Amino acid sequence: MFRNLTVRLALAGLAGLLAGGCTTDADVAPDWEVPGTQVPANFPAPVYATSQNPPTREAFELGRTLFYDPRLSRTGDISCGSCHQQFVAFAHQDHRVSHGVDNLLGTRNAPALQNLRWRSEFLWDGGAKNLETMPLAPITNPVEMDETLENILYKLNADAGYQQRFAQVYGRKPIDSQQLLKALAQFTAAFTSSHSRYDQYSRHEAGGELSAGELRGLTLLRQKCGSCHAGELFTDETYRNNGLDRSFAADSGRAHITGRPQDVGRFKVPSLRNVALTPPYMHDGRFQTLRQVLDHYADGMLESATLDAQFRQAGTRPGISLSENEKADLMAFLQTLTDTEFIQDKRLAEAR
Amino acid sequence: MKFRLFTLACLSFLTVAFSACTDDADVTTPAAGTLDVEVDHLVGNVPLVLNTGTYTTSSGQQFTVSTFNYYLSNIKLRKADGTEYAEPESYHLLKQSDAVTKSFTLTNVPAGDYTALTFTIGVDSARNVSGAQTGALDPANGMFWTWNSGYIYTKLEGSSPQAGGNKQLLFHIGGFKKPNNTIRIVSPSLNGATIQIRKDRTPAVHLAADVLKMFTGPNPIDFSTLSNTMGGSNSVKVADNQAAGMFRVDHVHAN
Repeated sequence: MFRNLTVRLALAGLAGLLAGGCTTDADVAPDWEVPGTQVPANFPAPVYATSQNPPTREAFELGRTLFYDPRLSRTGDISCGSCHQQFVAFAHQDHRVSHGVDNLLGTRNAPALQNLRWRSEFLWDGGAKNLETMPLAPITNPVEMDETLENILYKLNADAGYQQRFAQVYGRKPIDSQQLLKALAQFTAAFTSSHSRYDQYSRHEAGGELSAGELRGLTLLRQKCGSCHAGELFTDETYRNNGLDRSFAADSGRAHITGRPQDVGRFKVPSLRNVALTPPYMHDGRFQTLRQVLDHYADGMLESATLDAQFRQAGTRPGISLSENEKADLMAFLQTLTDTEFIQDKRLAEAR
Repeated sequence: MKFRLFTLACLSFLTVAFSACTDDADVTTPAAGTLDVEVDHLVGNVPLVLNTGTYTTSSGQQFTVSTFNYYLSNIKLRKADGTEYAEPESYHLLKQSDAVTKSFTLTNVPAGDYTALTFTIGVDSARNVSGAQTGALDPANGMFWTWNSGYIYTKLEGSSPQAGGNKQLLFHIGGFKKPNNTIRIVSPSLNGATIQIRKDRTPAVHLAADVLKMFTGPNPIDFSTLSNTMGGSNSVKVADNQAAGMFRVDHVHAN
C-alpha cells in the first residue's frame, strides 16, 4: 500500500513537472492515465466509446491481470497473452495458427490486437460483434482455451485477491461474467497504436519525415491497395476473397457466419498497422514475409467464384500489377507503420 | 437583505404553486400497480415433463424433451385508447427445469384497463450486440453463441427415434440478421378479457406455451430431415411456427 502510494506520488510529481510548462493548474493533471483513452487526431471516432466502460486505473489493472492469467483456460496454462504477445503487436510470433490447450492447433492465425475500439466485428469471419463479448470465443473454443464461463467465475470467486479487486471496482459480489468481460475490455480497449512514424507524418509532428522511397510507397499503397486497406486504420473492415485458394473447404471464412455462398473464402481485411512485426500473414498464416505477400498479390492469385472484383483485370490473370521497384517502395512504407511506443508500453505488459 | 427577502418571497410563491400542482396531480396521475405473468409449458394438451414425458407430433413422430429454455422479452401492454406501457429492462429467461423462472411480476404498471399484450420471443437485435450483459441476458446462462455472437432465443433439446444419427433433437433457435432473423414479436389474444391494473390488486396473465407448435404451423417439421438447427434458414422455419401460435393467453385473473 505504502509502495503504491509512493509510486503514485512520484508519478503525480512527474506529471506536475511535465505539465507545469503548459498549464497554470498542474494540480488537476491525472496521476496516471489509462493508456489508449485519447482518440488520436488522425483517427475516426471509435465504435467502442470510453463512455461504455469508463476507464479507471483499478479496472484497467484488473483487466491486465486477467489478460495474462492462464487460469482463464481449462488446463491453466494458456492465457489471452499466450497467443497475443505485446512485442509483436499482440500477435503470435512463430505460429501459423493458434496454439491452445493440450497443444491443440486451431485453423487460423492469431491476429494482432490493436485499435480494437475502432472495430464493430472481430475474428477473421466477423463472428464476434462486441469488444466485450469477443473473449467468449477463444475462452470457449475447444482448441483454444476450452473453458466455461461458469468455471472461470468459480475460480475467480475462490481467489481472495480477485474477490477484493473486483469488489473494489464493481462494488458488488459475487464476480459475474459482466464484471469479467468489462474488466477484460478495459485492458483490450487500451490497445491504441497511433505512434508510428507514419502517424507522426500524418499529424505533421516532429520525427514524421518520410524518405522519398517511403513516400512513393505510401502513394502506391493508397493507389493500389487503398480500396481495402483504407483510411488511417488501413482497413475498410470488410470481408474479401484475396485469391489464396481455388476452393475453401478447410475454412469458408465469412460464409461460416452468414451461410451465404457469396461469402465463401472471404476473410476480414486486416489493418496494416505494425504489419512488419506480425508475420506470419493471411488467415492461415501461410506467408512468412511481406515479400511473399506482395508476390502473391502481384502474380500468385488463384481464380475462384467469389474472388474480389478489385483483383480482376481485363485480359490477364487476377492480381495487382506491381513492379520490383514498386514492391520495394511498398515494403519501405510498411515499415513506417511500426509503433515502437505501443509494443514497449510497460502499462500493457504482464505485471511483474 | 433586500435580496434575501425577495428570494424568500419567491420560494414561498413556488411552494404555494407547487402544492397546488401536487393536489391536482393526486387526482389525475394514475396510481401504479403490478401484474403477474405465469407461463405453463405444454405439449399439446398435456404438461411438459422433462426427460420422462414422451410426446407425439401431429405427423406421428415421437419425441422427448430434456431442455426447454427461451427468452420472453420487451413486454408491452396497450389500452383501448392506444396508450402503451413497456416494461423497462424487459428480459425474462424461462426454463422448464427451474419453476421459479416460469412466473414473474411487472411492477409500476400505470393503473388502467389494458386490452392487448405484446412480447418478443427472443432478444431484440440491439441487445445481441450490446456487450457484456447481466441478469437474464448473462452469457453464463448458456443461451449465448460465442463463435457467432448473439443469443439463443429458444433452446429445445431431446430425442426422437425418427431423428437421424444419434437420435438427438437439437433446436437452438436464434439469429437477428437478415435473411435468418428469428426474432418474433407476438400479441396473443386476451380473448376479450382486460387486464385491470389497480393500486390495490395484482392481476395475473396466465400464458400457455405449447412445445408442439414449434413443429407444426406453416412449416411442419419432420425429424427425419430436420433434427438439428443452430440458427440459419432452418431456425427461421421453427421461428415462424412459434410465431404462428406457440403462445396463447389461457386466462386473465382479476384478483
